[in-house]
Amino acid sequence: MADSHAALAEQFDDVEQQHDAASLGMWLFLATEVMFFGGLFASYTIFRSRYDLAFIEGSHHLNVTLGSINTVILLASSFTMALAVRSAQLGRRRTLIVFLLATIVLGLAFLGIKLSGEYYRDWIEGTVPGLHWSYQSPRAPQVELFMCFYFFMTALHATHMIVGFGIMAVLIIMAARGQISAERCNPVEMAGLYWHFVDIIWIFLFPLLYLVGGRY
Amino acid sequence: MSQHSGHVVSVKFYSLIFILLVVLAMLTTGMAFVDLGAFNTVVALVIAFTKATLVALFFMHLRWSPALQRIVGVAALLWLAILIALTLSDYLTRGWIPAPGSWESSLNFTRDFVASLLGWS
Repeated sequence: MADSHAALAEQFDDVEQQHDAASLGMWLFLATEVMFFGGLFASYTIFRSRYDLAFIEGSHHLNVTLGSINTVILLASSFTMALAVRSAQLGRRRTLIVFLLATIVLGLAFLGIKLSGEYYRDWIEGTVPGLHWSYQSPRAPQVELFMCFYFFMTALHATHMIVGFGIMAVLIIMAARGQISAERCNPVEMAGLYWHFVDIIWIFLFPLLYLVGGRY
Repeated sequence: MSQHSGHVVSVKFYSLIFILLVVLAMLTTGMAFVDLGAFNTVVALVIAFTKATLVALFFMHLRWSPALQRIVGVAALLWLAILIALTLSDYLTRGWIPAPGSWESSLNFTRDFVASLLGWS
């Protein structure tokens, strides 16, 4: 009976083929994710072209400072994730665990800022569409639409991050049990692809939500 | 040497890409405070695409990946472009020709259109 954590699964010729197969599968999954978020990006584009002024008004209500800080935090978490993948490739178990933990901590910092500094403030100020909306403006209904996009897109992004935490927690357990090695680091690499993709989504969400129409 | 697969990148290079990403992130926010008119959106999106390309090429190792993976990455963008372009081609062109609400309004529109072609007022 083969070891369930052997470096090479029997259907592959060699480690490289196995690695390419896993990567291709992950990229295909990420392509479906692009379409998943794509529907929101497409409808955002349409409504922004229709209600340009309301989108600017709604965007100016968001906190650019916190958005920018979160952008840098998420980029830093991508950086630590890249270093985690590198540690796995080189078979350095201890640094792998440290970098995975760092990635989780940075991700939690991002969500903490989002919840306490932004979502909570929106709730206090009554700018949560549908649940707590008391915003007064001639364009209030269209601004509400913008805030719908803001909450749906950022919450879907945050959901992906929470899924990422689960994946990284499993990887930390696997690494602690010695199931990750230089010969068997595909799981870490695939999790890395996923986390970087989540970062890319935020790279587009930030200017599209926080910087509509400039801030001058 | 252990038989790890995939490209191993130096810490120095990853750090360089990270610093570049942070600089671009600060540039995006900074440019939002400069009045460029409609070009604010263009600049913000160009910077976003640059950052996404850096992440995909180097953090996601697309630079060193087989062609098949790069094709999937590009195809994802292409599908997204088709989704947005074709949807906009509908929404942005609505109202160019009045939508027929009834056969009478279609008839009136056609009559006016033919009349305008023939030069009748």
